[in-house]
Amino acid sequence: MAEFLQLTLSGISFGMVYAAIALSLVLIWRGTRVLNYAQGGMAMFTTFIAIEVIYRTHNYWAGFVVALAAGLVLGAICELTVIRPTLSRPPLNAVIVTIGLLILLEGLAGILFGGQFRSFPAAFSITGLKVGGTALGVSRFDVFVVAAVLATTLVLAVVFKYTSAGLRMRATAFNATIAQLSGIRVARVLTVGWALAGLLGALAGVLVSPSTFLYPNSMDIIFVYGFTAAVIGGLDSPAGAVVGGLLLGLALSYVGGYVGGSVGSELTSLVAFGILIAVLMIRPDGLFAGARMRRV
Amino acid sequence: MWTLPRRLGVIIVLAAIVVFLSVKLNAFRDYQIAEIAVYVTAIAGLTVLTGLSGQISLGNGAFMAIGAYTTALLLLHLSWPFYAVLVVAAAITAVSGAVVGIAAARLRGPYLAGATLMLGVALPSIAYAWPGVFGGDQGLNVVFTTPSFLGANFPLTRWQAWVCAAVALVTLLLLGNLGHSRIGRNWRAVRDDDVAAALDGVNVAAARIRAFVVSATSAGLAGALLAILTGLVAPGAYTITLSIALLTGAVIGGLGSLAGALWGSLVIVLVPTYATDVATSHGLSSSVGANIPIVAYGVVLILVMLVFPQGIQGGLRRIMIAFFGPNQKSRTWRTAPANNVTPSADTLLISGDETLSPPEPPDKPTSQHEKEGTS
Amino acid sequence: MKRSQRLRWQGAALITATALAVAACSSSSSSTATSTSSSNAALTASAPGITATTITIGSHQPLTGVAAPGYSEIAPASNAYFQYVNANGGIYGRKIIYKYLDDAYNPTTTSSVVHQLVLQDNVYAIFNGLGTPTHLAVLSFLNSEKVPDVFVASGCECWNNPSQYPETFGWQIDYVREGKILGQYVAQHFKKDKIGYFYQNDEFGQDGVKGLDYEIPSSMVVSRQSYVPTNVNIAPQVAALKASGAQVVVAFAVPAFLALLKLYTLKLGYNPALVASNVGTDPITLGGLVSSFAKQSGATLNGSALINGIITDYYAPSLGSTTNSWIALWKKVHDQYDAKAPFDGNVQYGMQAAYTFVQAMFNAGRNPTRQDLVNAIQAGLPQGPILAPYAYSATDHAGMTGAYIAKIENGVFVQEGPVLVTDTSATGAITTFSGTEQQAPASGIPSASSSS
Repeated sequence: MAEFLQLTLSGISFGMVYAAIALSLVLIWRGTRVLNYAQGGMAMFTTFIAIEVIYRTHNYWAGFVVALAAGLVLGAICELTVIRPTLSRPPLNAVIVTIGLLILLEGLAGILFGGQFRSFPAAFSITGLKVGGTALGVSRFDVFVVAAVLATTLVLAVVFKYTSAGLRMRATAFNATIAQLSGIRVARVLTVGWALAGLLGALAGVLVSPSTFLYPNSMDIIFVYGFTAAVIGGLDSPAGAVVGGLLLGLALSYVGGYVGGSVGSELTSLVAFGILIAVLMIRPDGLFAGARMRRV
Repeated sequence: MWTLPRRLGVIIVLAAIVVFLSVKLNAFRDYQIAEIAVYVTAIAGLTVLTGLSGQISLGNGAFMAIGAYTTALLLLHLSWPFYAVLVVAAAITAVSGAVVGIAAARLRGPYLAGATLMLGVALPSIAYAWPGVFGGDQGLNVVFTTPSFLGANFPLTRWQAWVCAAVALVTLLLLGNLGHSRIGRNWRAVRDDDVAAALDGVNVAAARIRAFVVSATSAGLAGALLAILTGLVAPGAYTITLSIALLTGAVIGGLGSLAGALWGSLVIVLVPTYATDVATSHGLSSSVGANIPIVAYGVVLILVMLVFPQGIQGGLRRIMIAFFGPNQKSRTWRTAPANNVTPSADTLLISGDETLSPPEPPDKPTSQHEKEGTS
Repeated sequence: MKRSQRLRWQGAALITATALAVAACSSSSSSTATSTSSSNAALTASAPGITATTITIGSHQPLTGVAAPGYSEIAPASNAYFQYVNANGGIYGRKIIYKYLDDAYNPTTTSSVVHQLVLQDNVYAIFNGLGTPTHLAVLSFLNSEKVPDVFVASGCECWNNPSQYPETFGWQIDYVREGKILGQYVAQHFKKDKIGYFYQNDEFGQDGVKGLDYEIPSSMVVSRQSYVPTNVNIAPQVAALKASGAQVVVAFAVPAFLALLKLYTLKLGYNPALVASNVGTDPITLGGLVSSFAKQSGATLNGSALINGIITDYYAPSLGSTTNSWIALWKKVHDQYDAKAPFDGNVQYGMQAAYTFVQAMFNAGRNPTRQDLVNAIQAGLPQGPILAPYAYSATDHAGMTGAYIAKIENGVFVQEGPVLVTDTSATGAITTFSGTEQQAPASGIPSASSSS
């Protein structure tokens, strides 16, 4: 029973990180219909900026805030410089541009920050919490991870639903031409969308890096699972991103725990693939996809 | 117009060029010719899948792995001659392509991308799960020697270049034929508007699965070639990076274009080596010097996509049109342009050639209208 | 010109040319005859990659990618030592050019860069090629091209195969030997305890476990958990180790995963004794990785405190012995030629390997062929900075034969016992090595030795 609890809680913790990445991908997809393959790379870059700040100021929260701000800025810059020209072109071009962006960011990080492991601090204690005498297998930091992602998701949901900025973003995602005719500055909305996605990615980066150590390729596998979570949940659904992330995190944790050490750890990617295919067979557009319409 | 005799002629000329270069250039260039041929084989299949039938695949590296492991196992346990091994590797990857195609038949756009991405990540881990059969992390050794009729002094790298180039050229010929046949027309119909194609009597699912089979078979052949070229088949060689490189090469070269497969392969093989040479000759420190080629590669990808949205082949076509004017007599491969077609695509429609017009995947025009029930 | 005159000129030219050729041939043969002895013979281009003034060697290293952290420090450190040698006379006056190329730990790229180094850059030898799956991709190529493939940076037993791969030599202690030495320590010192294994699921971890099993009775082992480097969530494995009640965990893991092991044991409130292979225990690297955990795990702990008490094996002087002649030498070279890198175990590894290569080159003679280098190593090499003897002979291409047990204290290794040597078989004994430790040469550069 203790093991089940430990596996569940650690699965939720990792799952929330995947959810954060998935959310950022959903944001970008809804806004610009681009698959941002560089999301993990952007998160890694902002986390490096954070650790340099932390190193110099010895203040974790300064680094945390700078990371989020850097995420906003980086997202906006990427959209303005390299993504905007591709929006009127074949969609695969944007994918290749984001792949190029990922490679560029990884190389730049290697040059600017070095290719060695950096130990990234956690916001709160990483010693396990205990209930009675049983170790829960999670720490205060893990709770912070879950809380941070949930809070951000809620804030975003509120922004989308109840503010006029959110309404503008939804309108642009629905139909950019009509939105423009309604007086919405579509270009600005797209930039804001990418900036928010950059912020979410930066959040995921600082939350997961204590457990993965920070180096130029550290976010690659996190991105793969985050992308899978987004696809499972449906790329148009923020709720789906969170559900997909949780599902993936839990499933991978249980497989790792119950299917025996060595085989289990190899099988994680196969299991993720299996879940993905199972979901897509039943719902080809993800769990939370609505009815598919086409005008002919 | 690209008829079969014309295509055959081009292939024969290319073969002659390869033989000439392989003799004239040094042994390392022969190795690079073989490497380029491997990528051409794999990218040609991918460009047909993504460019002609409109299905994106981020996992063709997995099919290369299947072809490579099949080759290694057959050579290791049964010692068959290489041409027989090639046929079996192609057959097995074709079957796996059919399986994947069937599973992916209903998936579109990013969902298909996500599924194939996960395939590319997950499949090599099978080698770790059954190390007794697949050799685990260390992989399987592949022994490949020059045949005795060439004599004892024939350089292995030149033989490798010939074998790889031969397979690549045959693949290009077959894929070119397919592209011009009814099967190819059906693919383009399905890509542009699958509802209309279905109304027209095209079996959409079968066409899409067929495209996967063809693409997987090409990748499997490429994997077999890579196995005999590097001499080792290990999971570390078939990571997601390989799949991404294939897609990148296909789009950079020009999606849907077989000549584009060649340009893309040249970029993949030559740009990193060239950038490394430049970086090391400046004596930069290791952490900087080793990352310069990576930064350069990323910049090249972004720039090519921004400057040549139709890839290198598209860019070349634009240059040719600018100099020689559009060729009015050629057929076009499109009946009518879709709504959101870009101006550059329109001019390209006029010049007919064996490469097919730039694809307009159905997502783009309909994405504005495709709506879900979510807010 | 009249025909007879022309013939005379042609005949004179022919005779002169022949005489010169004969003179050249005879002079070069005389210089090779004295190649291994006299110190005044002219330097010639005696092999591919060797000119009168340079020796060019190549390597493949993971400078970028997932294997880069840590390992990317090794080649620059080796290069630093080569530059030191170049600045102080070189090898018989020749300067070493070390061309190491990035393969991002991908065997396909390894094959490509090694083909480039051998076929285009014509290197004399491949030195310290890093990684097991990566180097396996070029093993047959290097041997069929008869390129010396020396001091492979991997502890796999695969490099010790003189009959099939005569050009290939290992260097660092192989993982089976490490497993036996660590296993004997565990069996002796933790007799009543339950043992758990935590190992990387590739030949590094599997060979280590093989060695451990030769020495630790299987009744003592209650849990065997493995991990793959691509999955950082090792919480399930650590939970399983805790559930099994293992009081000692023996780890064959790389530094990142050893640090993660520490992280998760903190989370689970689990505190086993840790015994680990030296691949993962460089105190500076490991301390750096856990330093952030330390800040959050309690006010009184610092990074060093978290790794104190880890038992490991090592084959060279501890970096903490600042008065040791070798450490002083490495520090001097590091500060002058590689100052940006931390002075840690990876840098020490790179310099030690480079020193061994320079020693072998001095033994190979003034105008060595490629075979001369192979012969020089097979004749045996002096230990130099390594505390256990090398196994090199015509029938054995493995490297170091042993190590000593050490404990991490205050961020450095502290030796806990004598140097132990053994072989890779299940029944081979582990014996104490009683040779004396060699001192670093005053110049920091080895000289030709006759035998080990």
